[in-house]
Amino acid sequence: MAWTWFHRLASPPHIYRTAGRLTPWLAWPAALLIVAGLIGGLYLAPPDYQQGDGYRIMYVHAPSAWLSLMVYTIMAVAGGIGLIWRMKVAHAVAAASAPIGASFTLATLVTGSLWGKPMWGTYWAWDPRLTSELILFFMYLGYMGLRAAFEDVQRADRISAVLAVVGLVDVPIVHYSVVWWNSLHQGPSVMYLGKPTMPPSMLVPLLIMFLGFTLFFGAVLMMRLRGEVLLRERTATWVREAIRT
Amino acid sequence: MNEIAAQAPTEPLLMSQSRHAPSSLAVARLMLLRDLKLASRKASQLVQPLAFFAIVITLFPLAVTPELPKLRHIAPGVVWAAALLSSLLALEFLFRDDAQDGTLEQYALSGRSLTGLLVAKTAAHWLLTGLPLALMAPLAGAALGIPNAALPGVLASVTVGTVTLSLIGAVGAALTLGVRRAGALLSLLTLPLEIPVLIFGARAMKLAIAAQPYGAPLTLLAGLAVLGVTLAPLAVSAAVRINLE
Repeated sequence: MAWTWFHRLASPPHIYRTAGRLTPWLAWPAALLIVAGLIGGLYLAPPDYQQGDGYRIMYVHAPSAWLSLMVYTIMAVAGGIGLIWRMKVAHAVAAASAPIGASFTLATLVTGSLWGKPMWGTYWAWDPRLTSELILFFMYLGYMGLRAAFEDVQRADRISAVLAVVGLVDVPIVHYSVVWWNSLHQGPSVMYLGKPTMPPSMLVPLLIMFLGFTLFFGAVLMMRLRGEVLLRERTATWVREAIRT
Repeated sequence: MNEIAAQAPTEPLLMSQSRHAPSSLAVARLMLLRDLKLASRKASQLVQPLAFFAIVITLFPLAVTPELPKLRHIAPGVVWAAALLSSLLALEFLFRDDAQDGTLEQYALSGRSLTGLLVAKTAAHWLLTGLPLALMAPLAGAALGIPNAALPGVLASVTVGTVTLSLIGAVGAALTLGVRRAGALLSLLTLPLEIPVLIFGARAMKLAIAAQPYGAPLTLLAGLAVLGVTLAPLAVSAAVRINLE
């Protein structure tokens, strides 16, 4: 009996219903936390003594950067689970995650370069974190491109899962080689946002934003997962019934 | 067994029903010799990536400046970028012919370790494309104004680096086995993964040009090669199997 929840993960209608039921439980807290975090970060937190108000973009930038990496990990782990245990839901999760992760990566790049304009005097500097984030973006594009190249969904699932696992091994190597590369080329050290010496009035809104963004990702994932399940099961009778109601 | 390879190069070797089945190492050796022999009969396939490498190198003096001191400054990046692109071009020959005539399926069905066979195939590919590229790199380097004393460093960095390029390339080629006209997708999949090789390889070359010890980046390149030899074959054989299903 204790394992019924696990076996029911193999049932698409069950996944469809559960994801639908979970969505508001993730979306509403996410909305509340993001609003609270924005008020805390944009109005209540004091301006930075060096960066003025410019640092406030980190309340979007840092959570996006965190999710860009976390979503890739989720994608690779889900792909690995799907590959090993042939679990269709895991593949659907990976497929649903990829565009969200790519969006967060793009958001990180855009907010990073917007922050760079007042801080570095240029929209783009070959900062190690921005550079490895750009490479991560290319990896998301490659993953989605590979997925789109196959018409057979099952083959696309399994092949792209292999790529995601390979990428997961490579991401840390790329990141550290880029950091090492940069430390050789760039003279003045670049200030980075996430200083550990942040006062609580700045830190608490940031933590709230982290939690809010993560829940937001969960909510979007659930919505996309429902779409993915419907697409994959489009010939099944339960889908026709689910859509009719 | 060598005679069989000579007589019927497109026939799978491993179907031999001899009572004394050859050891895995012997089979890998046969595979290596078969690929080398096949390649020697289609020499134009081997020359093309090298010619491409030479053309890309030629573009830079024409586009940037013919002054050797300035070219020397950008030489490591030019040589390595050209090597990456040329290795990408050479990947087309890795699995394509064997996949088209069904030989790859016979390997998978042979009862031998597919991983071992594909390692041998990748090794042959490196001998046929990576090693010639490495031998040509000092020539290109000399043309770009790299002093003679630094040419052993150029040779060493490209030799070690192309091992990893062949292995990552094999993963990409295996992933896109079932994709028609995979060129652009293949570059999107493999180039982000190959960035550490580019960084350490160019770094070793730069130090060699400056007449400084380049052992550290070379060791890191060798480390990447060892990691690649250990892990990449698993991903290659997993991807090949999925594509053959």
